[in-house]
Amino acid sequence: MKWLLIALIVIPGTIADVLNAKGMKRNGEVYDFRPRAIFRLIASLARNPYVSVGVPAMAVSFFALMALLSITNLSFAVPATAFSYVLETALAKYILKEHIEWRRWAGASLVGCGVLLVSLGV
Amino acid sequence: MLGSRRSTVTLAAGFLKNQSQPLRLKNRTVIGLLVASNVLGNFTLSRGLHEVGRLVSFSPWPYIHAFVNPLVVLGVLLLIVWLISQLSLLSRVDLSYVLPVTSVSYVLTALMGEFLLHERVSTERWIGIGLIGLGVSLVVRTVPRTALRYHKCSDLPYEAAQ
Repeated sequence: MKWLLIALIVIPGTIADVLNAKGMKRNGEVYDFRPRAIFRLIASLARNPYVSVGVPAMAVSFFALMALLSITNLSFAVPATAFSYVLETALAKYILKEHIEWRRWAGASLVGCGVLLVSLGV
Repeated sequence: MLGSRRSTVTLAAGFLKNQSQPLRLKNRTVIGLLVASNVLGNFTLSRGLHEVGRLVSFSPWPYIHAFVNPLVVLGVLLLIVWLISQLSLLSRVDLSYVLPVTSVSYVLTALMGEFLLHERVSTERWIGIGLIGLGVSLVVRTVPRTALRYHKCSDLPYEAAQ
């Protein structure tokens, strides 16, 4: 059960981040945060194919995390997600065509290691 | 007393009505909002769920039942703020920039444990906090956006279309 939940956190979570990043780039840059503008944004995102798959995938990942946290503690849940920093950086390079210079690779690896230590060293 | 309350109401109504002036937030502000709502949302949600109890089920009923708890409701509202700020940030900057930078939330969660809940932060955790800080300081020195810009109604990037 625990490992099924970990898979349900990591796989939909990674897919969600990539789809949302792609969908939001297509939506155009969001600069207005007035309530009415936010409602307009939500309405336009409902018609965005990437985001309308990405957000439900995020919800699956989120409910799996909620379920996992109700049966184990954070130190079991987070280490598996630490690896996703490097994985998602690689996906950003190949799928989203982002330019990943050495500072980004180094940063993502350091953050992944850091998250691992923070969550394991309780 | 009454006057000051009325002026607050006028100000709030003015804020909601004033559609001519966009409420622009800088990347830095959105990152701050994202991290704060993430940390506080996770904190209130995990507190609330501890009160609710075990929650592993394929039926939706236990999840719906959990929404009776006020801490769970507050946590979910904060996570909606988190979702909107995450999506807005992704519309402006790279995914490979957003992910490391927003991991500051792990540092804040650990520090909140140390200073608010008086949990002892172990040496491993301090090293982890240092590594996250170092990683973030490297990533913020990169250009925030390198991803292609798209035409609104097609899959063609601007660069390819020109």
